[in-house]
Amino acid sequence: MPVVDLVATPLRELNAALHGVRPDSNETAWRILNPLGKHAIAVGLDAPLDVKIDGPVGYYCGGMNKQATITVAGSAGVGVAENMMSGEVRVKGDASQCAGATGQGGLLVIEGNASARCGISMKGIDIVVKGSVGPMSAFMAQAGNLIVLGDAGEALGDSIYEARLFVRGAVKSLGADCIEKPMGPEDKSALANVLARAGVDASADEFRFYASARRLYHFHVDNIDAY
Amino acid sequence: MCGIVGVFLKNSALESQLGAMLADMLAVLGDRGPDSAGFAFYGAGEQDRIKLTLRSAGAEAARKAVSTLEARWGPLEPVYRDTHTVISVPAMKQAALRAMVIAELPELEIVGAGKRMELYKEVGRPTTVAARFGLSSMSGTHAVGHTRMATESAVTTRGAHPFSTGIDQCLVHNGSLSNHNAVRRMLQREGLAFSTDNDSEVAAGYLTWRIREGANLTQALTTSLDDLDGFYTFLVGTESGFAVLRDPIACKPAIMAETDDFVAFGTEYRALATLPGIETARVFEPEPATVYAWERN
Repeated sequence: MPVVDLVATPLRELNAALHGVRPDSNETAWRILNPLGKHAIAVGLDAPLDVKIDGPVGYYCGGMNKQATITVAGSAGVGVAENMMSGEVRVKGDASQCAGATGQGGLLVIEGNASARCGISMKGIDIVVKGSVGPMSAFMAQAGNLIVLGDAGEALGDSIYEARLFVRGAVKSLGADCIEKPMGPEDKSALANVLARAGVDASADEFRFYASARRLYHFHVDNIDAY
Repeated sequence: MCGIVGVFLKNSALESQLGAMLADMLAVLGDRGPDSAGFAFYGAGEQDRIKLTLRSAGAEAARKAVSTLEARWGPLEPVYRDTHTVISVPAMKQAALRAMVIAELPELEIVGAGKRMELYKEVGRPTTVAARFGLSSMSGTHAVGHTRMATESAVTTRGAHPFSTGIDQCLVHNGSLSNHNAVRRMLQREGLAFSTDNDSEVAAGYLTWRIREGANLTQALTTSLDDLDGFYTFLVGTESGFAVLRDPIACKPAIMAETDDFVAFGTEYRALATLPGIETARVFEPEPATVYAWERN
């Protein structure tokens, strides 16, 4: 198993090596030591690798990930797994702002808390936060599922399109056009499915469901005075 | 961009390492602010004396000017560090001495004043600036620092942070204020003087004004949420501690670490990554629009 110590190896060398793994390679398990909060670790991977990072990472870790499973044994900085396409990113600690931003697919699991704007503009990614999320989470969320086992901060789901938001704890406030809805069978099955994939032992019945009221989809003539 | 760092020690055994800790942190955030850097350091003070940090073109000019001052005011215990000189002035005489500097010694600029605060800033790479002032060997209880990538005003030493507008008060800022001209005019009517057209100096002046009007630091920061518009993370130093405030949408990054020995602030976690005991520290992001303050007992 390749072990890369980022005190000794430049980050670009590591990322180039990860990008260079051939599709038929057996060298799929990688371990990264001493990340020391460096930015852009293991970004742009496109192979079924299993990358374990021993310690806290900086910005954009696992960004644009395809296929790979990336585990951070520590906390993550801004934009972890941003624009992920597929695969899985798991953060054992907390995540900073904009976790999973614009993610199109795959699974992001944050075992601690995520701060502001978690899942901003998410486009199909599934995000599970075992702790709580900060303000403006799922802002302009378009598709995918955001599941929060703890609480959600102010303005959850502001200007949301069609993503599903599930929160087990308290929601401080809902953003524009985000409302609580009854959880239908499809929603419940999506929730149970993502919880199972994330390996989280929680019942779908414990969550409340929030989604778009669909009142911002079209211009409303009564709002003309606002412009 | 810009980077902010700060350390507030709870354990006095670490005081001799404070300069080295801050120098490492500034170096890491050089990427966020390569054009200038500065720091305010709270070290030893003397009863009934005020330390003035003066800036000049070089050590030669400083020595000459200080000897002129000493001829008039007696020994001032000057410590020369590159372009900056710290002198110790009897508190009773500091206003008159400052007036003399302003009126008669144009080659000197007063950068900061405090019972314990010394303030250093220069244009250049943060590692170079820290080395020029010998930051690594400084000893103290708390310190704040800044690496600058200029947005609101020119790349000059005056425009570098920290800004000090009151005794032992300093502020470093990451962000950009949008109503600083209006607030500056209001503060000028209230009698405050500004030496730059920089937005961050206005934030420092605002806090000085509020504190002058009777607010404590936490109250002054709380009202700044209503009166200052823009995006910002402020780190403010005082004689007894430091405080942190982020704007209501937390536009600028900020992260803190607290252990039994210290509280540390960094714009990015990287700046904290090598602090002693960071592995077991409580690491957290300050909430938006919330004042965090630490005071020495």
